[in-house]
Amino acid sequence: MTDISQSGPVLAADGTPLKRSLSRALRMQKLRALMLIAPLLLFILVTFILPVADMLFRSVENRIVQDTLPRTVEALADWDPASGQLPEEAVFAAMAADLQIAAKEKTHTRVAKRLNYENPGVSSVFRKSGRKVGKWDLATDGPFREKLIEIDDGWGDVELWRTIKTYSGSFTSGYFLNAVDMQLGAEGPEIRPENERIYNTMLVRTMRMSLIITFSCILLGYPVAWILANLPARKANLLLILVLLPFWTSLLVRTSAWKILLQQQGVINDTLVWIGLVDDANRLVLINNELGTIIAMTHILLPFMILPMYSVMQTINPSYLRAAKSLGATDWTAFWRVYFPQTVPGIGAGSILVFILAVGYYITPALVGGTKGTFISNLIAYHISTSGNWGLGAALGAILLAVVLLLYWVYDKVVGIDNVKLG
Amino acid sequence: MSALPPYATVGQRTWHYTFRVICGLVFFFLIAPIVVIIPLSFNAQDFFTFTPEMLRLDPEGYSLKHYRDFFNNDSWQSAMWNSLKIAPMATIVSVTFGTLAAIGLSQPHVPFRRAIMAILISPMIVPLIISAAGMYFFYSRIGLQGTYIGVVLAHAALGIPFVIITVTATLVGFDRSLTRAAANMGADPVTTFFRVQMPLILPGVISGGLFAFITSFDEVVVVLFVGSAGQKTLPWQMFIGLREQISPTILAVATILVAISIMLLATVEMLRRRSERLRGMSPG
Repeated sequence: MTDISQSGPVLAADGTPLKRSLSRALRMQKLRALMLIAPLLLFILVTFILPVADMLFRSVENRIVQDTLPRTVEALADWDPASGQLPEEAVFAAMAADLQIAAKEKTHTRVAKRLNYENPGVSSVFRKSGRKVGKWDLATDGPFREKLIEIDDGWGDVELWRTIKTYSGSFTSGYFLNAVDMQLGAEGPEIRPENERIYNTMLVRTMRMSLIITFSCILLGYPVAWILANLPARKANLLLILVLLPFWTSLLVRTSAWKILLQQQGVINDTLVWIGLVDDANRLVLINNELGTIIAMTHILLPFMILPMYSVMQTINPSYLRAAKSLGATDWTAFWRVYFPQTVPGIGAGSILVFILAVGYYITPALVGGTKGTFISNLIAYHISTSGNWGLGAALGAILLAVVLLLYWVYDKVVGIDNVKLG
Repeated sequence: MSALPPYATVGQRTWHYTFRVICGLVFFFLIAPIVVIIPLSFNAQDFFTFTPEMLRLDPEGYSLKHYRDFFNNDSWQSAMWNSLKIAPMATIVSVTFGTLAAIGLSQPHVPFRRAIMAILISPMIVPLIISAAGMYFFYSRIGLQGTYIGVVLAHAALGIPFVIITVTATLVGFDRSLTRAAANMGADPVTTFFRVQMPLILPGVISGGLFAFITSFDEVVVVLFVGSAGQKTLPWQMFIGLREQISPTILAVATILVAISIMLLATVEMLRRRSERLRGMSPG
């Protein structure tokens, strides 16, 4: 028999205070849970988070000018571009020395390419000079100012030197400014001339088309979700398969199906001609434009809209509608004032999901979008794999990622990532 | 909704049927593009539309030539084998790590649960082109770009969110007292896991695995960047085919892939119904 009237802390079986014993058990439990999660967290960190962070870093990193032209960068420090005067002979001598080394190591073309993104034309100046500077004797062949300008007039342009000075830091906002159609001018950031603006148009187009796709998904998905939620379970399950099958079908299969259907000689145009709606000579242009992208992507993303709507509608008690009607509401009022407000969370969840997926789409716009229906992703892919302007690609990617993460955060607040359901 | 009441007005009746027609049209929109390519893949001609012979149901209009081409063409065959080599490995990696982490995440007291969950789900949310570009740079740095292992790791990372979501969902219905009972009777944690917990959450693990498999099997953006010609997968080959010269062999491949999706879908549905029945959640 224990003495229950004893004072002091309650003791566990081994004599330690129960409170401490409990907190130790809790700590152990937390530790065990974390130990189970740790391998995966580490895996995701190395295979996914680090690569994405690495790429984002490239959007501000700008070591190449400093690394390739160290003497020039140092000599330019005292030069004031606002004066409108060319830099002094010392700067030209430093440039000649840097170019000689860079040409030997064949890095001058890379720095030329980097500077060319900011000031078109720099590239040819560097390439042309790199070949000739190699033969000079740095000690005796001065003055280099005249000799460089003799090789290419470009060296006599204040703008060129200003570009080098502006982009000589280790970090730059240049790529980001470029991504929003701006540039670093003499007096800080300025908007690019009208004919050089492409990225804003692209961003706006991506947003606009994603919104159109989201709205068409709501429009097409709402009735389907409603009928699925209100049919008897057996029938609803059968119809649900019609929604899940596209969801499980390969993206490439669905895109190729649309590519084949939408062609001018494809099944849709053939059918329309056969019915007589469209004249054989004026077949509809349904592909390689915005319309093609919108049709195909609405089809591909529709299941992501229907499933969250369906799971919300399933939980709505049908007696609310009956109650509204028995209180005298018309069918429309009962739907709009009673049923619809309860489905808003489902619409919200589906819309954010569809929009997040749509803004980042690459494959479908690349295959059915032509030139008019491509997205910002296609531009990023172009800069990463074709043009080699990785910094600009990374900056565009960072902007896209910021939009997506903001929506992801909203989604987490509204729906909760724990509540994501698959099929 | 199931039936119209006898007192419904003409307007209500009209709307009832119009509404059903609208829904029917949306279902048609969802399913028709997938169904249409199946007969087209048996076309005897190299066209992408129905020939008059096909419409007359003339056996002459149909043939298996596109399928023969798929099975005899080296680039299609090597693409298929690459896909079959990459997807199962990626699935094994994501299921192993994912299941362990999901069990950890569903313990009652997990610090930073929300933040960890957000990180683990992020591969599903981050646009594929960004993941692909990041992996391309990073994997080149550590020498994994253009290797089989690089592609497997990349695909495993993309599949993990699906495993986490399905397995945590299954664990919600898991009765914790069962593992305590097992421990009480002298089973060590490993035995408890394999003999008690695993059999019960297996349906969730398998559907998560199937999701991870299809993610890898369908994936094209990441493999385009991380892989090299030696890892050319089926979707990659299809992407090239669609972008350059589109050959009707793609229709045969698409039909085969649709058949695979139907099988996977059927398996997942069966598993879902089974686990709902076991938990007594299913109405029928």
